Amino acid sequence: MSTVNSHKVKPRAGDPAITPALVAEHGITPFEYERLLAMMGREPTFTELGVVSALWSEHCSYKHSRPLLQGLPTKAPWVLQGPGENAGVISVGDGLAVAFKIESHNHPSAVEPYQGAATGVGGILRDVFTMGARPIALLNSLRFGPLSNARVRWLFAGCVKGIGDYGNCMGVPTVGGEVVFDPSYEGNPLVNAMCVGVMREEELIRAVASGVGNPIMAVGARTGRDGIHGASFASEDLTAESEAKRPMVLDGAPFTEKLLLEASLELIRSGHIVAIQDMGAAGLTSSSAEMAERGDVGVTIDVTRVPVREQGMTPYEILLSESQERMLVVAIKGHEDEVTKILAKWDLEAAVIGEVIADPVYRVTEGETIVAEFPGSRLVTECPRYTIEARESAALIAARAQNPHDVTPKPEERDHAWTLERLLASPTIASKAWVWRQYDSTVRTSTLVGPGSDAAVVRLRGTDKAIALCIDGNGRHVALDPRNGGRAAVCEAARNVACSGARPKAITNNLNFGNPKKPEVYFQLREAVAGIGEACTILETPVTGGNVSLYNENPLGAIHPTPTIGMVGLVESLAHVTPSAFQHAGETIVLLGEPTDELGASEYLLTVHGKTIGAPPVCDANKERALIEALLESIASGHVRSAHDCSDGGLAVALAECGIVNKAHQYGFTVDLSQWSSLSPRALLFGEAHGRVVISTSSAADVMTVARKHGVPAFEIGVVTNAADGAAFTLAHDSFRAPIDWLSRAFHEAIPVAMDGETPAEHAIAASHAPISD
Amino acid sequence: MKFAIVRFPGSNCDEDALLAVTEGIGQEAVYCWHKDHDLQDADVVILPGGFSYGDYLRAGAIARFSPIMQEVIAHANRGGAVLGICNGFQIACEAGLLPGALLRNASLRFVSEPVNIRVESIATQFTCNYHIGQTLQVPIAHGDGRFTADADTLERLEGEGHVLFRYVTANGHVTDRANPNGSARNIAGIVNAAGNVLGMMPHPERALDAKLGSTDGLPLFTSILESFMAGAKS
Repeated sequence: MSTVNSHKVKPRAGDPAITPALVAEHGITPFEYERLLAMMGREPTFTELGVVSALWSEHCSYKHSRPLLQGLPTKAPWVLQGPGENAGVISVGDGLAVAFKIESHNHPSAVEPYQGAATGVGGILRDVFTMGARPIALLNSLRFGPLSNARVRWLFAGCVKGIGDYGNCMGVPTVGGEVVFDPSYEGNPLVNAMCVGVMREEELIRAVASGVGNPIMAVGARTGRDGIHGASFASEDLTAESEAKRPMVLDGAPFTEKLLLEASLELIRSGHIVAIQDMGAAGLTSSSAEMAERGDVGVTIDVTRVPVREQGMTPYEILLSESQERMLVVAIKGHEDEVTKILAKWDLEAAVIGEVIADPVYRVTEGETIVAEFPGSRLVTECPRYTIEARESAALIAARAQNPHDVTPKPEERDHAWTLERLLASPTIASKAWVWRQYDSTVRTSTLVGPGSDAAVVRLRGTDKAIALCIDGNGRHVALDPRNGGRAAVCEAARNVACSGARPKAITNNLNFGNPKKPEVYFQLREAVAGIGEACTILETPVTGGNVSLYNENPLGAIHPTPTIGMVGLVESLAHVTPSAFQHAGETIVLLGEPTDELGASEYLLTVHGKTIGAPPVCDANKERALIEALLESIASGHVRSAHDCSDGGLAVALAECGIVNKAHQYGFTVDLSQWSSLSPRALLFGEAHGRVVISTSSAADVMTVARKHGVPAFEIGVVTNAADGAAFTLAHDSFRAPIDWLSRAFHEAIPVAMDGETPAEHAIAASHAPISD
Repeated sequence: MKFAIVRFPGSNCDEDALLAVTEGIGQEAVYCWHKDHDLQDADVVILPGGFSYGDYLRAGAIARFSPIMQEVIAHANRGGAVLGICNGFQIACEAGLLPGALLRNASLRFVSEPVNIRVESIATQFTCNYHIGQTLQVPIAHGDGRFTADADTLERLEGEGHVLFRYVTANGHVTDRANPNGSARNIAGIVNAAGNVLGMMPHPERALDAKLGSTDGLPLFTSILESFMAGAKS
């Protein structure tokens, strides 16, 4: 037994009595309370109850997801730091390491989009620079309901502005990401932010408390009464009352964060500290408890020494405040003044608030009085773990069983160009320039490929290398087949970085799901995680960390289960960086991978028919691996002028995007798909079969040879033409042509029109369009 | 020659500016901390982009009072060259080194994209290596870039050839659509009457490498270098 002075812990004057109602209010179940009593051997004080409430919240404890996450592959020779730290870290050679992590801010953004999204960016930046890395890129993955809803437009605009304002002020370029619109996110948007940083390998620092007697210091902004119980808020369903919790959403101060970034990096490089951690969710409580647990040491903290913004704050409030832009630092004893000096240079405060102790005890004092004390790391490790009954939703089984080919085409679909134009104008597929025009993507002068491509590419200064970054996920596919969908999310992300010329190296994931206590949701979580694990194992892209966001439910229902995958790839030579858009008229278009008759779960069914049905296309990670190898070999040989992944909207949309995505240099194309006469034209054009990439090349024969060597089906399907020649498709029994400027307008104007009501002269162009046959 | 890169706590284009000097034109560059009164004997001062002191009040409004800015103002008054980029332009206006002011973009949104700007005068130490009327592609990234000044000031800037850059279409035409922020007369950059202080919203330091999409910023830096060398000789 440790030397816990439990008998010394007394309730504070004015503390409410511990009643079952108060326990329930803290989100602690009777079962968990029994466990707590057994651990402590006495009734907790109000302060202790608050601490446990935060640490045992889903957000901090992963109590429903951890048993599932333990099956994920996390190791590879290049992984320097796997899950469990502030961020994962991989080696990229030349003595450099890349730290990266994704995190959600879904609940705050649902009630206060601007600050909710902004503080999400702030949090993920801190996770990366506390590893010792300088942030060099931000990405984000956003999900909203349809833009026809005014509240959705408010949420969308607010989140984008919040993300932009924070990252722009920090001087970290926002280089990519994704935005998806689907009715399932109408009441519960998803805001996942990813940050990537770079450092020398020896600069890596871990948030592990060590060295008995070393001082624990609070650094950065002062502690106020804001955000108390934010972690608990994020661990329950959104309800009509959630709006009332808007005051729980914090205000971000990016300027303070910028100071904190510079000060923290200077501190880490100075050698005066042994550990540093963000005071994020559950603030001082979780940061101190986690650092102690990792180091297997005890800590004692005196709340009266914590710099506060207002007088009269109770220990409960100080421990649970989620005031932003704060860090917890373990300094080397005797170096406190040096630490303070570095912070003062950046006009920030540092105060010694406690120390590392030998006793494995987590102790909080208020001056001389002990107000909370737990038996050491058990506070973190004793958190209950749940394995829930898993059962697939009958409604989703039925939806999957529906045959999408039975959906009667609309009369307009007789002209495939009409369908193609509608898909390009679907906000999920359409250009997101309206979004990323608001993000500084070029600061730091390293963005080789910015937003709007398959993956962003950021060079690593002082080397001939770059990293390729993307976030991908398709909630519809996961809803209709969670395991396959989990695999597909990883494979699509891998394909995207490979298209840009990079070898996929590792992932961070954000698991956005509904209430895990429901067997239908737990099933989705279990299966999707298993699928992610399968794909990561085959593609050799270990999981280095991530975030779990559960309880994404509101009175309208649960969101689609949406794991998002943040992928980091390595470009071995800048010569390999490959654009997604066509580059020259006359070059051959090759399709790597093969069309299928799969049409289920497609954007086509949702956009044109409002349906989310059918079995999603099967994702075979072994085939994806072969595809990636073939693609990378062809790119390395210099044969590939452009490469673009086929995903949302299928082959026809992928081809059109290659022609129109770059507004300044647009191309047409002529393709002959008549060899696939047995496939339904809808599936051939708009089905979302996996494992496919559209490339343009001036040496098709070489590309075909490489593909054959890797056992990857490859087809010369056409040629890049001038924009004036239009997008021309020949099918077995049909052919059609669409003007490039008409398709381009659909693609580039959809979101501006929805958001700002700018009405381009679209009708004039539409009227001039006519199919060339049939 | 030696460049001073002023570092406010919220500067975030300071490193890009430093690299533009050291790697772009192979000259010496040093950081000058905002709390110091020392320009380290630099020949040219760059006020880089960023958010100086957070800019929650008005971009550059607090920066003008910083210790280092007193030195920058003295340097400019001695005829020393000052290049203010983006936030640096805003600070230069606030400090009275340049006329006019930068307002919130007309769209009320931050705007980040490559834009085309036209060189309006080459009779300055900042633009002598360009051709008159040359169209450049240079990125912008700002929320407060709408240049404004009273009518008399605008007339004087135009009349005396102090408008150096104007937002234009790819073909070099001045149109409303080519104006990304609503600036008066599409003005993207101006010099002071003495010709030694340039303020511009676009980022020439982000246009020095073909891999990043443009090298059109390079002649600006070589202009400064060659003008200085010529001045030193004469």
